[in-house]
Amino acid sequence: MDRIILGLVVVVGVPAATVGYVWAFEWVLGRMSYTAAAKIRPWLWLLPAFVLLAFYLIYPGLNTIRISFMDARSTEYVGMDNYQFAFTDPAMLTAFKNNLLWLVFFTGGTVILGLVVAVLSDRVRYETLVKAIIFLPMAISYVAAGVIWKLVYDFQPAGQPQTGVINALLVSIFPNFEPKAWLFNTSFNNPALIFVGVWMWTGFCMVVLSGALKGIPQELLEAARVDGATEWQVFRGVILPLMASTIVVVTTTMVINVLKIFDIVYVMTNGLLGTEVVANRMYKEMFNFRHYGRASALAVVLLLATLPVMIVNVRRFQRQEEIR
Amino acid sequence: MASITFEHVWKRFGDVIAVQDLDIFIEDQEFLVFVGPSGCGKSTSLRMLAGLDEITEGTIKIGDRVVNDVPPKDRNIAMVFQSYALYPHMSVYDNMAFGLKLRKTPKQEIDKRVKEAGSLLGIENLLDRKPKQLSGGQRQRVALGRAIVRDPAVFLMDEPLSNLDAKLRVQTRSEISKLHQRLATTFIYVTHDQTEAMTMGSRICVLKDGIMMQIDTPQGLYDYPDNVFVAGFIGSPAMNFFDVTMVEQDGDLYVDSGTFRLKLPPEKAQAAKPYAGQEVVCGVRPEDIHDREFTPPGIRAEPMTAEVDVTELMGNEVFVYLLTGKKQFIARVDPRTKAKVGKEMDVVFNMENVHLFDRKTEDVIR
Repeated sequence: MDRIILGLVVVVGVPAATVGYVWAFEWVLGRMSYTAAAKIRPWLWLLPAFVLLAFYLIYPGLNTIRISFMDARSTEYVGMDNYQFAFTDPAMLTAFKNNLLWLVFFTGGTVILGLVVAVLSDRVRYETLVKAIIFLPMAISYVAAGVIWKLVYDFQPAGQPQTGVINALLVSIFPNFEPKAWLFNTSFNNPALIFVGVWMWTGFCMVVLSGALKGIPQELLEAARVDGATEWQVFRGVILPLMASTIVVVTTTMVINVLKIFDIVYVMTNGLLGTEVVANRMYKEMFNFRHYGRASALAVVLLLATLPVMIVNVRRFQRQEEIR
Repeated sequence: MASITFEHVWKRFGDVIAVQDLDIFIEDQEFLVFVGPSGCGKSTSLRMLAGLDEITEGTIKIGDRVVNDVPPKDRNIAMVFQSYALYPHMSVYDNMAFGLKLRKTPKQEIDKRVKEAGSLLGIENLLDRKPKQLSGGQRQRVALGRAIVRDPAVFLMDEPLSNLDAKLRVQTRSEISKLHQRLATTFIYVTHDQTEAMTMGSRICVLKDGIMMQIDTPQGLYDYPDNVFVAGFIGSPAMNFFDVTMVEQDGDLYVDSGTFRLKLPPEKAQAAKPYAGQEVVCGVRPEDIHDREFTPPGIRAEPMTAEVDVTELMGNEVFVYLLTGKKQFIARVDPRTKAKVGKEMDVVFNMENVHLFDRKTEDVIR
């Protein structure tokens, strides 16, 4: 019963409070001179958003930074200990090395493949079908994708029936092929994980890049062809430069994406056998080892890593605003 | 420099026939204009020549070389697009140099040619700018310059003036004509505007629904249109068409519309004789209808009277919209005319320039 009343209060009360807020400040502004009101009004509209941001983003952010300088239970300040752990612990070094691998190969893979698919599919009649298939993994959650690919990568010792699609295929094509433990063999388990990420995100890059490609007038490409350009030169000389800004946006989005990579690793290997990544380690410190200090320090490290990329993106948006 | 040959060229888009059996020989250094209403196949013909659209059937030759399967880059053509299609990320200089760079032309040579073209077109001070910073007219020049520096065998232009304002269009029209004389190269020009066609072309090819209606010099098209379509398309204001009956009386032939009857001169009557008693279409250009008071000397004038519906004073002349029965027609008369709206007006037709067309086939009776 209490819950119903609470629900009613929320459903009716929040819109009422919003309207009341707007009505109240408009009533106050109505009493002021027109120009003064025009100056103050935008801030009053922004105020609720600022308040919410302060509560849900800024305060937790600052608090995380504070906790990152404290011990496991957040009782005592320990200086830079947690950060020292982050940058010296062998497990953490592996995590950073892997994050770097992800950064290079996931970002490169998704953007380049997305670009290739966008450009090539633009030239065939069954374009929509191709794009739909490649975009499809976007609709799957990371966890589901992890489970699917765990099955695809599945491994049984040689001589036994292979239950993983890849091993089964390879064995049936090459009878002498020795089945591989894709997720456990340290020489290729990281690439195997990264491939899952690429499989999921290529579709996104493709869609955005394809949109930019469609925005290039056909006549420009024709002009280049008449000017004497081969298809490759048309691509290098006209298409690529005109898509450059979109490629930068997609790349930075992918970089931000990959720095936070967690789910795939968590589901498929949980960071074992040299596949650890920073975010997964952060989760472990937080929920398995209950070391809030270390977990917070890792969160701060990730934040600092994404920050420059975010700044690049925000600058881009600002420049686009200026152009408009 | 090269001649162009279209040999029985067809273009189909699925079931739609865009170009039907186009057969033209265009001489070296000619300025040929494809003209016609939208959807007549003029752009498609040009695009097939450029290699941007495939030829469904037939052969296209540049010089003696069959180019059906030659990609655009190897055809040695340059094209000016309606939208100009300037590369937005390149400066004016780089836009013009792009084609030369692709051909591995030496740097000094590129520089020389771009600067020459720049000064020829009066854009030498804009070479560092980006297309976005240029006005429509300047962009148009850059597009021309990009074509010129290439020194191609053939210039193709697809409605290059239609994005310019009226005044600039007239000016650029004459500049392109001058350019043609100066470069002494084959020009192929597509437009829907008959004035552009008439003023620029050394020959004009009139297209309608993918079919070539007539190809001739501007004066030839104006004086001797082969059919009702060409007669109505060339000339502004357009030719008046009357549905008339050919009547024979005392050995003479007359055209009779029911409201007026005009005698045909002997040489016209000769050709029209087989049509005696039949219904035909009679075409008269507005400039061949005169105020009777100001009949020019030396024409074979046949009088008629019509009611003045509207008059439009142009300064040097007056367009008079006349009514005979329910049929409206236009006369282009001397500005001293005393025509009054609502009043009768005496006019004369210059029968020497009357065109007669078969009503069914719409072909000229000659």
